[in-house]
Amino acid sequence: MKNYVIIGGGIASLGCVDGIRSADSDGKITMICDESFPPYARPLISYYLEDKTTIEKMQYRSDDFYKEKNVDVVLGSSVTKIDKNSVITEDGKEYKYDKLLAATGSSPFVPPIKGMDSVEKKFTFMTIDDTLALEKSIDASSKILIVGAGLIGLKCAEGLKDKVDKIVVCDLADKVLSSILDKECADMVQRNIEESGIEFMLSDSVDEFKGNTAVMKSGASVDFDVLVMAVGVRPNTALLKDIGAEVNRGVVVDDRMATTVDNIYAAGDVVESNDITSDTKKIMAILPNAYMGGFCAGVNMADGKDAFDNQIPMNSIGFFGYHIMTAGSYDGELYEEKNGDSIKKLYIKDNRLIGFIILGKVDKTGIYTSLIRNKTPLDTIDFDAIKKNPSLLPFSSDYRRKNLGGVL
Amino acid sequence: MRKIYVNEKWCLGCHLCEYNCAFAGTGKANMSLALKDKAIYPKIRVEDDGKIMYALSCRHCDDAICVKSCISGALSKEDGVVKIDKDKCIGCLTCVLVCPYGALVQNENKAVTKCQLCTDNSCGEPACVKGCPNNAIVFEERD
Ligand SMILES: Cc1cc2nc3c(=O)[nH]c(=O)nc-3n(C[C@H](O)[C@H](O)[C@H](O)COP(=O)(O)OP(=O)(O)OC[C@H]3O[C@@H](n4cnc5c(N)ncnc54)[C@H](O)[C@@H]3O)c2cc1C
Repeated sequence: MKNYVIIGGGIASLGCVDGIRSADSDGKITMICDESFPPYARPLISYYLEDKTTIEKMQYRSDDFYKEKNVDVVLGSSVTKIDKNSVITEDGKEYKYDKLLAATGSSPFVPPIKGMDSVEKKFTFMTIDDTLALEKSIDASSKILIVGAGLIGLKCAEGLKDKVDKIVVCDLADKVLSSILDKECADMVQRNIEESGIEFMLSDSVDEFKGNTAVMKSGASVDFDVLVMAVGVRPNTALLKDIGAEVNRGVVVDDRMATTVDNIYAAGDVVESNDITSDTKKIMAILPNAYMGGFCAGVNMADGKDAFDNQIPMNSIGFFGYHIMTAGSYDGELYEEKNGDSIKKLYIKDNRLIGFIILGKVDKTGIYTSLIRNKTPLDTIDFDAIKKNPSLLPFSSDYRRKNLGGVL
Repeated sequence: MRKIYVNEKWCLGCHLCEYNCAFAGTGKANMSLALKDKAIYPKIRVEDDGKIMYALSCRHCDDAICVKSCISGALSKEDGVVKIDKDKCIGCLTCVLVCPYGALVQNENKAVTKCQLCTDNSCGEPACVKGCPNNAIVFEERD
């Protein structure tokens, strides 16, 4: 019987359990996590602040699941070292493994800023614990400063909106969601968020904190009660670096999610993998890829055969009911449509769809995503029709017969 | 397992399946009273370009990418049926971002709704199939 050890208790780890159990129903699985919950829906922490979910509903699987799958879940325990055949936790316990998954995720990066120590109430926004602490520190009169207008900072702003008096979001970049939107789309999203009353200070950053005042590079100053630092995340690669695995920005893995060290696999936010739309190695820190990478690792750890070789960055996010979908790379020939609050930009290169930004009306966007993931040659479908209206109509009747049925 | 299949040659484009689907979820006895003057959010939708027409609903994929991508844990697969837990869905639309068929749609509360083969109501057999006047939608075992 094989011994599987999984470090981390996020969605990559959960995917790994599913992957292992699809190929090996007997092996012993131990999942070790330093948080106090089994895998939960991390992206929902902002919805918790909005009262749209509860800590219970955020549990990704039922408690029974771990019993049924015979997984030993060790919570509140941090792995401090990986050895050749075992891992060691903080409290000195040793767990032997035949196959190991490191799915340690990422941690908020907090840049050193002068006077940070003088800020009384400061938080990051990654975990349930962060969220509960933040919730406790605010009331209806609170003024919030969020540093970082990326996904996490903006989601935090949305979550807090109705619970506090004022929110200011600042960012060094000249636009919101700078890693996934171009300036035109970012401005549209910003305007939509501003309608809710959230204020922005872009192209500006904090020079120094003087207690509850932020002195900005521009010379402006912002008074606040609570500070949230959301400038970005860094992959938790230290354990893997120590054992000699190749690490660039993220941990290097192959299509099977194997690291460069025998018997050690990695998945989720901690790895960098190949983005098939640009053929470059990237950290694609999104939940679907964490699950699918973890699943693939699990199958291979259990001596099955699986490859996760069609990874792309992709996001579906909404703010105050306004939806944003993005995927792939923004390169090549551009097809554009604009209609009121809706924008569609499709990027076409070498007879393939390689990316899109779609705002507002997002119905059936999955048809585009699937063209990207499958590298569908565009001359095999009626792309002129699809680019206007995503549906299965412009595909061949054979494709539809195969997928929707019909007389066989 | 039995799934819904469509035959585009026989589809009349009448949209009755959409009404039967919306009605199936209401638990009411009379369709016109239940749906009259209301916006409907059917989980099966007719696609029609004037020449080709067929009804589209969840394929309950073997390797369902919507389930693997759900950020809230609301989607799951039970006995071959892709199910949605309405209480858990927060309407992020990640499933809409990944579904290759465009088969997931938003409901009146902006959360996602999808075909569960009428296992979530008291119809027994899928209502779209029962009500299709030309047998263009069938519920069969094919694998
Ligand atoms: C506010 C917010 C909103 C988001 N929104 C979206 C979204 O809309 N869509 C999307 O796709 N993604 C979103 N994400 C990103 C998504 O949550 C991550 O991509 C996903 O959770 C990554 O899963 P993971 O398993 O790789 O890592 P994680 O979920 O980070 O899990 C890793 C776990 O390992 C633990 N750990 C680390 N080191 C050790 C150790 N040494 N010993 C024991 N345990 C350890 C960590 O504490 C953590 O619990 C969001 C993230 C945040 C914070």
